[in-house]
Amino acid sequence: MTIDSWLKTAIADAERRGLPEMKAGLEALARAAQALRNADFNLRANGEPPPADDRTS
Amino acid sequence: MSPDIMTIETFGRRLRARETTCEQATEECLRRIEADNPRLNAFILVMADEARRQARELDRELASGHDRGPLHGVPISIKDLLDVRGVPTTAASRVRDGHVAARDAPAIAHLRQAGAVFVGKTNLHEFAFGTTNEDSAFGPARNPHDPERSPGGSSGGSGASLAAGMALASIGTDTGGSVRIPAAACGVVGLKPSFGEVSTDGVVPLSQTFDHVGPLALSVGDASLVYHALLGDAPTLPPVPMPLHGVRIAVPRAYFCDVLDDEVRARFDEALDRVRTAGVHVDEINIRHTALIAPVYLQIVLADAAAYHAPTLESMPEQYTPGVRSRLELGRYVLAEDYVRALAGREVLRREIDAALAQHDALMLPALPIPAPLIGATTVQIGRSSEPIRNVMLRLTQPFNITGHPAISIPAGTTASGLPCAVQLVGCGGQTDGLIKVALACEPALRGSRTAS
Repeated sequence: MTIDSWLKTAIADAERRGLPEMKAGLEALARAAQALRNADFNLRANGEPPPADDRTS
Repeated sequence: MSPDIMTIETFGRRLRARETTCEQATEECLRRIEADNPRLNAFILVMADEARRQARELDRELASGHDRGPLHGVPISIKDLLDVRGVPTTAASRVRDGHVAARDAPAIAHLRQAGAVFVGKTNLHEFAFGTTNEDSAFGPARNPHDPERSPGGSSGGSGASLAAGMALASIGTDTGGSVRIPAAACGVVGLKPSFGEVSTDGVVPLSQTFDHVGPLALSVGDASLVYHALLGDAPTLPPVPMPLHGVRIAVPRAYFCDVLDDEVRARFDEALDRVRTAGVHVDEINIRHTALIAPVYLQIVLADAAAYHAPTLESMPEQYTPGVRSRLELGRYVLAEDYVRALAGREVLRREIDAALAQHDALMLPALPIPAPLIGATTVQIGRSSEPIRNVMLRLTQPFNITGHPAISIPAGTTASGLPCAVQLVGCGGQTDGLIKVALACEPALRGSRTAS
């Protein structure tokens, strides 16, 4: 699942559950997930390195 | 901190010289609780009758020649997250209404065996899930240095009780800094031992990946005494300080000094100058992957907490304070694949800290980037930037919950308005006693030669 599709689904679910105030927290969680997915320690099944990301240095 | 507050070591000397008794020390703490707790709200439960009974019994034991060691008769407060037999463990939440602990947590049982007197259970941020102690079913605890300000959290009542002389030590828990943050905000010492050393059984969990139990105390020596009692060790004196001229300190400025209040930065630099002048070898170093600290912490702590709270989030959501409920709900959206990446990131960060310590005895950095914040504030201005209070308060302590390295917060001066600032020393993994030896050596220089007596 991509971060964008996860975030859209999560915000919609939180609103459905009467918790719209969670939007900012979910957006922060999405940024955290993106940082982890971009990190240089991730291994790829096809052997390629992860995208270079200077935020992990 | 009031100048007439005694350390455990001073109390022990006076007790064995028959200049005081366990009962007198306990009565003095109970007197301060009665006088100041209405203003500070440090305690959820005061155990006055039980404390008096314990103290009298310990006086009788000592008179008959049974000395339990350094904690004999020492009044101690306990964060209301740890089970003490026969009384509720509220976790500062209505969710736990009606709970009464059937037995002591092992760490508490060790303290009881060591002769500690339990004066009461202290206030905290609900379920230890916050840094300010504002979200508590029992109202916010307040900072003795300025009651309009937070004592830090989540063990805020512990810090306040100690700084106000309501106990000679306190037991807290630390999942992202919850011992070290209130210690820094209240001007006392806070020790987070290495991960896994002190049992967390009988302690309401926040994140079993990051939870630690540790002492808040008035000096490094006292913290050492309480730490060893928590482990259930045979009574022992604090270790001999490391010779100052042999101490090698690493200062990682990038990330760890990037977001600091101006006065906190000034006190840190002054403390660093003092330890260097005292003979400590100081190197400036760089630690890689620091940008991963917050993402790793967030994914793991949120998911761990949500796993524990999911049933009650469904059955009694209205019993949580709104802020804590929101954070707990967030964890239910963490994807397993991101949690696994965070676990991998934790290992990367652990290796980075191990590497930073390979040639050094300790890291030195500020403990809390800001002085104690005003109660009710949600953001803080640092330079030109407005930062969320919670993120800022966790920034310098959470890395060592992720990596499990032992860390200690030591007072290091005050702001112009008298609010405490603090320095953090971080030791090698699994070597809490080694960190204590370094901290004992550096404490006078860090404090600016004023040590607790």
